[in-house]
Amino acid sequence: MTVELVEVTPTDSNHLPNGAAAAAILASGIGCTAFGVIVVLTEASSDIAGTLTLFQQVGPLSGKVAIALFVWLSAWAVLHKIIGPRQVNLRTTNVVASILIVIGFLLTFPPMFTLFGD
Amino acid sequence: MSEVGFLTVVHGMVFGSVFLLGFSAGLVALYSLRTAWTTPEGRLVRARRLPTYTWIMAASLWFTVLSGTFMVYPTYRAPAPGGTTELEDYPREYLLADSDRAFWHTFGMEWKEHVAWLAPILATAAAFVIALYRDQLADDIPVRRMATLLLCFAFVAAGTAGLLGALVNKAAPIP
Repeated sequence: MTVELVEVTPTDSNHLPNGAAAAAILASGIGCTAFGVIVVLTEASSDIAGTLTLFQQVGPLSGKVAIALFVWLSAWAVLHKIIGPRQVNLRTTNVVASILIVIGFLLTFPPMFTLFGD
Repeated sequence: MSEVGFLTVVHGMVFGSVFLLGFSAGLVALYSLRTAWTTPEGRLVRARRLPTYTWIMAASLWFTVLSGTFMVYPTYRAPAPGGTTELEDYPREYLLADSDRAFWHTFGMEWKEHVAWLAPILATAAAFVIALYRDQLADDIPVRRMATLLLCFAFVAAGTAGLLGALVNKAAPIP
């Protein structure tokens, strides 16, 4: 599925183009999915879990969080740069973001990620 | 009450509760911000207040997950010294030591520690959108709808984590 970027001249010159909103919304979905994927990978491999232990007292969760936040903020910065000044198809963006968020919820649900257990 | 016990209370009953209790008012404010339902003056007042409100909600979630992950969670998962038989001071090991209690860790805590982190990401995106588009939220239905949906997703994540945290702490209290 692709996000169609439709250049539409805003009918009200005082209205901001919705690209910045789309970037923030999509990035949050990407961040949620990224976190879910990292959780699955950690469950699937004890080596990865060990690598992600940035703080011993917190364990692999410290690395999972660090990577997920990095992916989220990076995606936001890139998307904001690309589509921020533009008017985009927000309905499609919202659907894609919602799907990504649901994926993130599903992959962080123990019966789901334990399916990939090492 | 121990120091970590106090931090646990602050984590859940202060930081977490700010968002959970404030969510209803924020949702109503956002949902009712419609051109057909408000006067121009009313929209202006609400548009000015809503960003502050939602940024406070997002900040409370960040404080919640950071305090939980880096202040409370280490005590929860601390390993018991070898030969320890009284495991109540080591909640994770206490739960895993009994098959009847293990569920509270393998399901409850595992779900809580992960789903909680989705909440501040979603709430921050919502707060950003609401702040940037505050003057056009009443007219821009897709933007307002998605900001509302993001807040709802954040509430589901935070509410799930909060409920599980309370239940896990009941099964194996933080010492």
